[in-house]
Amino acid sequence: MINFYAIKAIYRFEMSRTYRTPLQSFASPVISTVLYFVVFGSAIGNRMTPIDGISYGAFIVPGLIMLTVMTQSVANASFGIYFPKFLGTIYEHLSAPISSFEMVIGYVGAAATKSAGVGCIILAVSFLFVPLEIEHPLLMIGFLFATALCFSLLGFILGLWAKDFEQLNVVPTLIITPLVFLGGSFYSIDMLPSLWQTVSLFNPAMYVISGFRWAFFGVSDVSIAISLLSLAIFAMIFFAIIWRIFATGYRLRQ
Amino acid sequence: MSAVVQIKNLTKRYGDGKLALKDLSVEFMRGEIIALLGPNGAGKTSLISIICGLTTISDGRVTVDGFDIQLDYREARSLIGLVPQELTLEPFETVMGTVSLSRGLFGQAPNNDYVEGLLSRLSLWEKRDSPIRELSGGMKRRVLIAKALSHAPKILFLDEPTAGVDVDLRRDMWRLVKDLQAEGVTVILTTHYIEEAEEIADRVAVINEGQILLVEDKHVLMNRLGKKELLIELSDSLIEVPQGLASLGVRLQNDGRQLSYSYDMATEKSGIPEVLGALKAEGIGFSDVHTEQSSLEDIFIELVAER
Repeated sequence: MINFYAIKAIYRFEMSRTYRTPLQSFASPVISTVLYFVVFGSAIGNRMTPIDGISYGAFIVPGLIMLTVMTQSVANASFGIYFPKFLGTIYEHLSAPISSFEMVIGYVGAAATKSAGVGCIILAVSFLFVPLEIEHPLLMIGFLFATALCFSLLGFILGLWAKDFEQLNVVPTLIITPLVFLGGSFYSIDMLPSLWQTVSLFNPAMYVISGFRWAFFGVSDVSIAISLLSLAIFAMIFFAIIWRIFATGYRLRQ
Repeated sequence: MSAVVQIKNLTKRYGDGKLALKDLSVEFMRGEIIALLGPNGAGKTSLISIICGLTTISDGRVTVDGFDIQLDYREARSLIGLVPQELTLEPFETVMGTVSLSRGLFGQAPNNDYVEGLLSRLSLWEKRDSPIRELSGGMKRRVLIAKALSHAPKILFLDEPTAGVDVDLRRDMWRLVKDLQAEGVTVILTTHYIEEAEEIADRVAVINEGQILLVEDKHVLMNRLGKKELLIELSDSLIEVPQGLASLGVRLQNDGRQLSYSYDMATEKSGIPEVLGALKAEGIGFSDVHTEQSSLEDIFIELVAER
């Protein structure tokens, strides 16, 4: 028996937080992406040679979407579960007849919806700046949501683990953002010296960005199969960690 | 009456080694109002937290209406509503939003009529669309109660319900608790306000240092342990207690205007006729006679001191 009402209640509650703060939820990621387009796409991009036959302005679109989706997923999901812990309102979830699985679906589902939604908005905005043709639109959408889910799981772990706002911010700033930036958001791995190409192979974000770019243009740093596989592996690892956290009550139940 | 919550040999040891509950066993009866009475740190909140699922069990077993709180947690928790001690609420959420969340979390389909009735009953209906941060402390307390009752629980836990609450709200809450009892809800409240237990509880469980010292019907408890005091207001003040009264244990107080005599309600012979007889024999006039009963507070202090 699954407590569907609980999943729905958590999901709706989390989504209502988004609608209460439209500026923070939607406007700020869109504005920062527009700035990237202006700086990298228009100003610098005009002087860049096309990569794999794709204009630089178009080339960075998948990277920019991934940059936002990954960071927003982590931020949304970590805040979503950390805030009730911080306020103490988590008592209600702990006393409710819900399983950890249902809680994860509600929180991670809402966080992923938000960040995937922002990703779609950015995609729509990018059509205003560059001519774009998407080779595999269905795969692209699927990949977008899968990435949002996967990184929301990671954010959920972060939110469960964090003891204060400092810890909540330090992981995205010091780990997630650098990984995503260095994962080929703005360049192809081929453009790097060979040493750094090898280093990049250890960057999980690279596999995700490469796969997403393949859905757009049919070209990628690593094969799409490897990208899909790594996304599935990340999701499984994150889920296993969450399952372990709930099983032991770590930082939730004394 | 049958037991609705059964706690057997419950032990709670926290990660830091602190032993909060020591092999505690107690039963709460269906439809009663029971007060868990004890000083701060006695283990009241630990006990409630375990039953409600906030804290893990170190050893022992708890069943709620026959459902094991660990094995059948869904069934057990569905029956329970919890009003926490602290005013823990999302400040930006509306009253309606947070109550709807609670109802959903407990697996209930939305029911506008029920929620409207509940909010009206708690004088919150007018505030249903207000963000919680705009509410007064008393209103927030009402919201917590509304959340706890949002799924119509059979058992309601109130953790220090009237701590820092004004007199009006306290009266309202006591009335609500009585009403809920009339509807068949079992109410378990923790308190260190003795008058609260005295006012609304049917039974009192005294808890100290992680153990139940006793569980007793409130009136039986007062009778069993209660001391009464006979107070005699004198027509003319005395300088000292006459010999015939002093030998009975009568004391003089209030600048010689009042005599007092303590007696135990448990003993068969109160000694009152002897005192009144001695008054007459000594020829002492008095204007009024009345008695005072020791409060639960006195009883409690005595109990804790005994251990």
